[in-house]
Amino acid sequence: MRKVSRLGHEARLGWSLVAPALSVIALIAIFPLGWTFWESLHLHELRMPWLGKPFVGLANYIEIAKDPRFWAALGHTAFFTVVSISLELMIGLFLALAMNRVFRGRGFVRAAVLVPWAIPTVVAALLWRFIFESQGGIANALLVKAGFLQEPMVWFIQTSTAWVPVILADVWKTTPFVALLLLAGLQNIDLTLYEAAAVDGANAWWQLRHITLPLLKPAILVTLIFRTLDGFRVFDLIYVLTGGGPGTSTEPVALYTFNALLQNLRFGYGSALSVVIFAITFGLALFYVRGLGVRLGGDES
Amino acid sequence: MRSASRPGVQWGNWAFGAALVLLMVFTLFPFYWAFVASLTSDAALFRDPSLWPQHLIFDHYRALFTERDFITPIRNSLIVAGTTTIFCLIVGTLAAYALARIEFRGKAAIMGFILAVTMFPQISIVSPLYLLLRSLHLIDTYPGLIMPYMTFAMPLTVWVLTGSIRQIPKDLEEAAHVDGATRIQSFTRILLPLAVPSLATTGILTFIYCWNEFLFALSFTLGPERQTVPVAIALFRGQYQVPWGEILAAAVVATAPVAAMVLVFQRRIVQGLTAGAVKG
Repeated sequence: MRKVSRLGHEARLGWSLVAPALSVIALIAIFPLGWTFWESLHLHELRMPWLGKPFVGLANYIEIAKDPRFWAALGHTAFFTVVSISLELMIGLFLALAMNRVFRGRGFVRAAVLVPWAIPTVVAALLWRFIFESQGGIANALLVKAGFLQEPMVWFIQTSTAWVPVILADVWKTTPFVALLLLAGLQNIDLTLYEAAAVDGANAWWQLRHITLPLLKPAILVTLIFRTLDGFRVFDLIYVLTGGGPGTSTEPVALYTFNALLQNLRFGYGSALSVVIFAITFGLALFYVRGLGVRLGGDES
Repeated sequence: MRSASRPGVQWGNWAFGAALVLLMVFTLFPFYWAFVASLTSDAALFRDPSLWPQHLIFDHYRALFTERDFITPIRNSLIVAGTTTIFCLIVGTLAAYALARIEFRGKAAIMGFILAVTMFPQISIVSPLYLLLRSLHLIDTYPGLIMPYMTFAMPLTVWVLTGSIRQIPKDLEEAAHVDGATRIQSFTRILLPLAVPSLATTGILTFIYCWNEFLFALSFTLGPERQTVPVAIALFRGQYQVPWGEILAAAVVATAPVAAMVLVFQRRIVQGLTAGAVKG
């Protein structure tokens, strides 16, 4: 009996310590989420207050389904996410394997790659925009000198070339984070496996394919979740680098939603867009956790 | 020494080194170039750029603090990020202690919930927060930024701190418990002093996230008086053309403190980032 009451006491203590943090999160994150949904069922144009705020049911969602700019934005977001994450995983894996070895200057490498991760995304975007800005910029100068370009080009005027600085900036900024997560996974791998393989005469490539990669799979999947969700909410980077242009040809969903809300002040429609982004993100997370069986650490089970 | 003999993957050392050097150049070049450009006159910026600086001038830095009043966004960012971080640390420490040390039903669900909140897209709550702040007359105020910042800072703080406290050995607390110490005593007298490094790491991470935030700061401020550093830099406008010299000087100023923090605390930051995120 005493044990039960002690456990009950512990549980009460646990919940009361967690309560303040949980209520802050519920109040400022979860409650607004419900509000967004409620808002999305209304026509609410802050520019036209005389319209009031009539209930329109799913009309905003139907408009989204027929909105070519939304589908285009979704396409840009998916394209950006897939391309940048693929590059980041490859380079990040190399970097993680590198940082897992001992060599002179390892501390320097680790510190150097952390800096891009730590600076504001806005600053990262500006640095890369400056590099590619204008025909007299450094990217053009170096590429012409190296013979890759006949003559300087205007990168931000065409969709296909405007993506180059965007992707490069994201890879530059986020690969360190990917490498760190993978490195943490690498350090969990039992070294005796490699020793046994080496005794059996397996070469490095065999070890990478049959020991490292399979055992790194959980870390890779966790990284994939974090990065996919990050990719889907990309905003700062593109806002600064291309502004979604030329035209709206690099505009991601978060930027389109931001414009609908704070440029055009269409709160009903913008909220519906927000709900759609949330639903997609939620679906992706669910797919990873349920479909691919990713176990996110921390629950100590 | 630990991984010196690690028989992991042995590439040719030469190719390995070359790839690493290339990667380092890629990583460091934008910083170098921004720094050089921030010391170059606007007229010379795009005219036949040279990798080595020619005439160094400090005009852009001077203009930044005299004509542009870049002090204001720095102060705004410090106030908003600092207040958010301190509040999150206080509330978050209680929660993290419970999640790391007390067994109770529903704990796993709470952790899952917190992790889920760290991942949800900020844009999905911009509209209600804007309407809410507007009706409370908090648009373009410090509380009007600090409150929204809690949405991502609080779950982040709790998550990282919980992971970090779990790595502190329990022995001392258990010994104290045997000696009759109460929960509160073992928390304040034993764990808290041991957790100071965890608190510092988490604080640094939360601060960096707040310092770098852009979407909320852009949405909920109206003018230069309350803009944070990222918003101020992103919205720099010149009279006739993009004032690149000043933008890059501002970028250097905004980067320097973060870079310094990272260089000093890199080991802790890495631990904090990966604590709890990946567990075999």
